[in-house]
Amino acid sequence: MRKIFILMAFALASAVTYAGGYRVGVQGQRALAMGHTGVAVVNSAELGFFNPAGLVHLENQLTISAGVSAVFSEVAWQNSVTGETARTDNPAGTPFYFNASYKLNDNLAVGLSVYTPYGSTVKWEDDWAGSHLVNNIELQAIYIQPLVSYQIADFVSIGGGPIFVTGSVNFNRNLTRTLSDIEGNRSNVTIDASGVNEFGWSAGALFTPTEALKVGVNYRSEIIMNAEGGEADFENIPNTPLAPFQDTTFDAELPLPAELTVGLSYELNEKWLLAFDLNRTFWGVYESLDITFANGTVSSNPRAYEDSNTWRFGAQYAATEKLTLRAGYYLDESPVQPGYFAPETPRNDSMGFTGGLSLDVTSRLAIDASFAYIRFDEVDASYNHYFDENGQNIPFGGTYKSVAFIPGLGVTYKM
Amino acid sequence: MKNYIKYIGILALGMVACEPEFENPVDEQDAFSTGEADFSNYVALGNSLTAGYADNALYITGQENSYPNILSQQFAKAQETGVFLQPLMADNAGGLLYNGTQIANTRLVLAVGANGPAPRNYTGSQPTTEVTNRLSGSFNNMGVPGAKSFHLLAPGYGNPAGVPAGASNPYFARFASGDNATVLADAVAQNPTFFTLWIGNNDVLGYATSGGTGEDRTGNLDPSTYNSNDITDPQVFGSAYSTIVNSMITAGADEGVLLNIPDVTNIPYFTTVPNNALVLTAEQAAGLTGYFQAVAGIFTQYLMSQNVPAEQAQALASQYAITFSEGPNRFIIDVPATQMNPLGFRQMTQEELLLLTINQTALREQGYGSAAITPQVMEVLGMLQAGQQPSQEQAQLVLDAVNGIDDGDALDASELEAINTARTKYNQIIQQLAQANGLAFVDAAALLQETAGGGIVYDGGTLTSTFATGGAFSLDGVHLTPRGYALVANRIIDAINSTYNATVPKVNIGYYGTITPSND
Repeated sequence: MRKIFILMAFALASAVTYAGGYRVGVQGQRALAMGHTGVAVVNSAELGFFNPAGLVHLENQLTISAGVSAVFSEVAWQNSVTGETARTDNPAGTPFYFNASYKLNDNLAVGLSVYTPYGSTVKWEDDWAGSHLVNNIELQAIYIQPLVSYQIADFVSIGGGPIFVTGSVNFNRNLTRTLSDIEGNRSNVTIDASGVNEFGWSAGALFTPTEALKVGVNYRSEIIMNAEGGEADFENIPNTPLAPFQDTTFDAELPLPAELTVGLSYELNEKWLLAFDLNRTFWGVYESLDITFANGTVSSNPRAYEDSNTWRFGAQYAATEKLTLRAGYYLDESPVQPGYFAPETPRNDSMGFTGGLSLDVTSRLAIDASFAYIRFDEVDASYNHYFDENGQNIPFGGTYKSVAFIPGLGVTYKM
Repeated sequence: MKNYIKYIGILALGMVACEPEFENPVDEQDAFSTGEADFSNYVALGNSLTAGYADNALYITGQENSYPNILSQQFAKAQETGVFLQPLMADNAGGLLYNGTQIANTRLVLAVGANGPAPRNYTGSQPTTEVTNRLSGSFNNMGVPGAKSFHLLAPGYGNPAGVPAGASNPYFARFASGDNATVLADAVAQNPTFFTLWIGNNDVLGYATSGGTGEDRTGNLDPSTYNSNDITDPQVFGSAYSTIVNSMITAGADEGVLLNIPDVTNIPYFTTVPNNALVLTAEQAAGLTGYFQAVAGIFTQYLMSQNVPAEQAQALASQYAITFSEGPNRFIIDVPATQMNPLGFRQMTQEELLLLTINQTALREQGYGSAAITPQVMEVLGMLQAGQQPSQEQAQLVLDAVNGIDDGDALDASELEAINTARTKYNQIIQQLAQANGLAFVDAAALLQETAGGGIVYDGGTLTSTFATGGAFSLDGVHLTPRGYALVANRIIDAINSTYNATVPKVNIGYYGTITPSND
């Protein structure tokens, strides 16, 4: 009996997870409006994120692009056998970006970018059917990056810079499907780590074979977030040596995977610009999440993500001198494999439909607006790697359906 | 500019309306069918098993996991139903107060002590449920712990004044509509559209858990003369049962479910302590065999001294020369003295059962269930071995050392037969009434036999009747855990779906807990 409950400590560890598929592609209103293309679009300081090699091509001496989006996402889950249902009540996420580019001379520009490419906020109803996997999770990573961009030759420029990342995670789940205190309050754990700082880099190149055609490539390095000494807080634990859970600390690693983008843009005429990007995100690095508790308990949690692609298409139309309209589409392949579909980040393949506009308020200031509607197919999926207190593998599955709506507003300032 | 802002506003509106919708949402009314049943006002009748009693007590979380409450939640997925009300206790400690004095113990929890985990009463908080605080309103869960079949028809069964004398039931007293109310009338008054009935367990169980110290009242048609540990006459049961069923149908509950009575030999209260737990070394076995030979010898001598012919005396006394062997041996049990068994003890037979509540320390350490051989007894045994003749007092000392299991700690063969005879008749009546009235029927006896046998497989393992660890039975060894009750609910849903062409969804029993560990 005692042994059975002590095993729960391991079961606990095996289900403490961060998020998966937690890439949030909202790093520029102009780019997002065009399906989040931009590796070969010379448009604004958003290039600081998409391809710093392009900064040197910006016309003005100083260009600043900044903005914020509101991510409204909701996930519904249901089990058609038991008739159970659950919906997330996610607070709106607010990814933001700030990009500045300053041209020192015709061949050299410097810049600074701040952006939030990874993050996740999922909040299920407490004690819902999948609460032994997750009640709620909040993951955040802010990238800060100084940049330099240099024109090597007429047809090629390069750019890049080091990245400083600061991140945090807060995650809560119930310990098992049934354990509770004497009053029936479910036993749960919150792990919390903040101020996790790491470094990485990105670099890109932009080719301009003709005046109308641009071809870009950009690589952002993998960054492994090392959470050391995070806090694990146990609540509603029955007073018994059979459930030996005490507040403790933990160490864990979470990868923010590398991303390679290649793409091109083509100016059809003065009014029309078309763009295409292919992202390859190297999710394969996220094989397993290993968590080490202060008492030495180590758990290995299989994630088995696979590298995945996102195919992005965008178009821009200069409607008037002051108004530019944009639209785009993308197909986002999920890195999550069958049997690893966990409700902490229930992402299957999705399609993004985007649109937006820029309005020049003055010759220097433009307002950039975008919206994205992200459509997920309804999917029957399960996570098959949760082990309960008796070491029994208990799959958790059901039907999932997600939608996300992302309106965003930004400004571009040129001088 | 203003125009564009307006468009953004429209987009924002579109977004608010944009929630994920399933193609076939299970929370819409037509997702599951009620068939010919109408669950709009479900009333559950029964005893402790219906109330959600577990761990020898009634408490809130147990009630929340009662099978009627689980059923009501599933019914609500198939139909818009009224709120299912239960007479919730005041706390999760369990136990009862009567005018401030505690009259029922707190729940059992699994506490870890020096000898490992064992059940004991929860001491983390005091009971706060006052019997004389009558709850107002009516309750869909009319399960009354302790109730026998005929109690549901007994006026005054919920009169608080009768509680101290045992003339009424403290649990029903908490929510009866009046001092003279009957359980059945209170159920009928709710205009039920659907009912479940699981009653009759206590009509044999009180007798069984008392180790058969009560009486088998078969042939006595006046239940007012019965004591709580008696077996109810099957005719009395049948009459009460059919009255209940007919009254519920007449009241409007044309559809319902009847559950039958499980076999006591499938519940851990009777199966946890084996009757052959007398484990002996070769030396101990030889010593005990020698002792019982001495008993037989002394008794032969005694009979011959009473002028019984030697051959006859030896034949009669030889039954006491019980032999023991190395390893497990069945215990010695006290039985009524008869002409054929004048000393009133014998070895237990294979099917006879010991109760969970037996003093296991005494079994292990004090010769309970065999013989309590003191140094004085040893002395007399030594004399006998040396061929000396003990005095009458010394001989008596040897006979008195026989320490058979008391009647109240075991179910002997005749008691088991009495229980099963009555139970079989009850179950015939239940099944007949289900058939005659087109009601759904759940073979709860077969269900518990499954848990006692190979167990029932679910996504978290196998649910069995093994005490404390099997998952189906709570720490009192008689009542179910939430997981056990969820299993019952699922079987009821199966019966409903097949009888009434419904598609009420079942629950995953892995989400329901079992026993509660606590050192408080």
